[in-house]
Amino acid sequence: QSTLVVAEPTDGSTLSPSTLSAITAASKLHSGPISLLTFSSAIVGVPSSISSVIQANANGNSSLLAETITNAVVAANKKYGYSHIVASATKSGANYIGRAGAQLGVSPISDVVEVLSEDTFVRPLYAGNALAKVIAKNSPLKLISVRPTAFDKAEVENESVATESLDVPQFEHTEWIMESVSKSERPDLSSASVVVSGGRGMKSGENFVLLEALADKLGGAIGASRAAVDAGFVPNDMQVGQTGKVVAPDLYIAVGISGAIQHLSGMKDSKTIVAINKDGDAPIFQVADFGLKADLFDAVPELTKNL
Amino acid sequence: MKILVPIKRVIDYAIKIRVDPTKGARGVQLSNVKMSMNPFCEIAIEEAIRLKEKTKTSAEVVAVSIGPKQCTETLRTALAMGADRGIHIETKADVRGDYVDMQPWGIATLLKGVVEREGGVDLVLLGKQSIDSDCGQTGTLLAGLLNAPQATFASKVDRGDDGSFTVERETDSGTEVIKIKPTTLPAIITCDLRLNTPRYPTMPNIMKAKKKPVETISLEAMVQELGLNLDEVLSRKNEVVEVYEPPPRKEGEMVGDVMELLAKLKEKGLVA
Repeated sequence: QSTLVVAEPTDGSTLSPSTLSAITAASKLHSGPISLLTFSSAIVGVPSSISSVIQANANGNSSLLAETITNAVVAANKKYGYSHIVASATKSGANYIGRAGAQLGVSPISDVVEVLSEDTFVRPLYAGNALAKVIAKNSPLKLISVRPTAFDKAEVENESVATESLDVPQFEHTEWIMESVSKSERPDLSSASVVVSGGRGMKSGENFVLLEALADKLGGAIGASRAAVDAGFVPNDMQVGQTGKVVAPDLYIAVGISGAIQHLSGMKDSKTIVAINKDGDAPIFQVADFGLKADLFDAVPELTKNL
Repeated sequence: MKILVPIKRVIDYAIKIRVDPTKGARGVQLSNVKMSMNPFCEIAIEEAIRLKEKTKTSAEVVAVSIGPKQCTETLRTALAMGADRGIHIETKADVRGDYVDMQPWGIATLLKGVVEREGGVDLVLLGKQSIDSDCGQTGTLLAGLLNAPQATFASKVDRGDDGSFTVERETDSGTEVIKIKPTTLPAIITCDLRLNTPRYPTMPNIMKAKKKPVETISLEAMVQELGLNLDEVLSRKNEVVEVYEPPPRKEGEMVGDVMELLAKLKEKGLVA
């Protein structure tokens, strides 16, 4: 038995937090070797559970295309023959996991939150309001994507491991043109230990400065509900929920968020949840460890001031 | 231009589901709950209609739904929004669409067959995920089975006069732009939330939709016609053995004011 973990694209020389979580999930499958597939030539340290790194080579920015990543996964599997292939359950992973499954003849299992054995997994249905125990049958190869917040990040060791090079065939019908990345000084939303999120109750995008001040004091990231995103207060990459990012920080502070089912599914695994809302009947209070019924425009500045 | 839009009937997004723990894998109650078109499928239909409205040549929007007989209502909604015709692949009443029986693999296998049966499909527009099984795989599985170009999580779709598609798509850190070059293969595009706001069908259009053609064919007959293996489509490649509710969160408490909240957070060591 052996596993291939597909690394998420990363800017610098370090593996992304979601890749480190995927490696932890992979180490729960079996005791065989784990290889890491990456397009980055600059990775300096990998966790000790990784026995080899497969360095995929593709032309320029085509390595960002689902078609290229799929071709790399298929080529690596052809060359080395794995029992398991593990991706991250992020937008990046969701972009290729189905395509790769189709081309490998495997029905993938997405968004795994628990590894019970080499072929039995738990994944959420209905925005996490139900969990399904699933057995991957009828295929010697298992392809799963794992939810980063459900697995600890593997520790990186700085020892070198064997690296092998893999040439990846190009897919001719798509072309990567450009990207527009939201830059922030704050920690990454998906992996921050503190998240402060605002909802429709913030009333405007300008008012998010109140949350920024609070997040800065706590060293946290800023998130938002779908309602706040739909109202145009903040960009979509800040959305927490079933259709946005799933977060599970040590502390989640929901401000002016009512708590729609689809938002709760993106944050209810946070260790401690604080809700500040002036509507005492808001459903967010049902999942909050500490609820404060108050006007956020008074409470948030007071909280920030006293930290 | 021919656009195929697969649509799914799911439990309405605003409904809190109920799980009956005595029923094993089939515990989520599907009867007597409000069902609607999956919200992302609505966005896909809307985008198909907008592309049709913008194109200078003729265009046809074909909606496809796979599921029990009530799926015809979902197809009628799509037709009332502006789709031209519907194909309903009807499953037996007890076949569940929420991952327990029908899974993305089987759906994508059928859709590949429908694409080939239709012929001349330029674009397949799908929702990025269904809100019941939350797999987010159907679009990319279909693209992989066809080895066709894809763009997922679309937030903007433009069609060039040469038949290319320029797609702005949402990523984990922002957006990026992908160009799908003109090809004889269909472009596979999945729709994210911000792509558009679906229209409400007007009463005259609801009336007109009743006259639009819907082909109904049983799953078994379609599988036979497409030369597929029923097991390949319906077999539970990933067998759901149990469905259960997550453990409830420990009951929280209300605090009186900000200072009390701060004291509680300090007690837990969450703030200095």
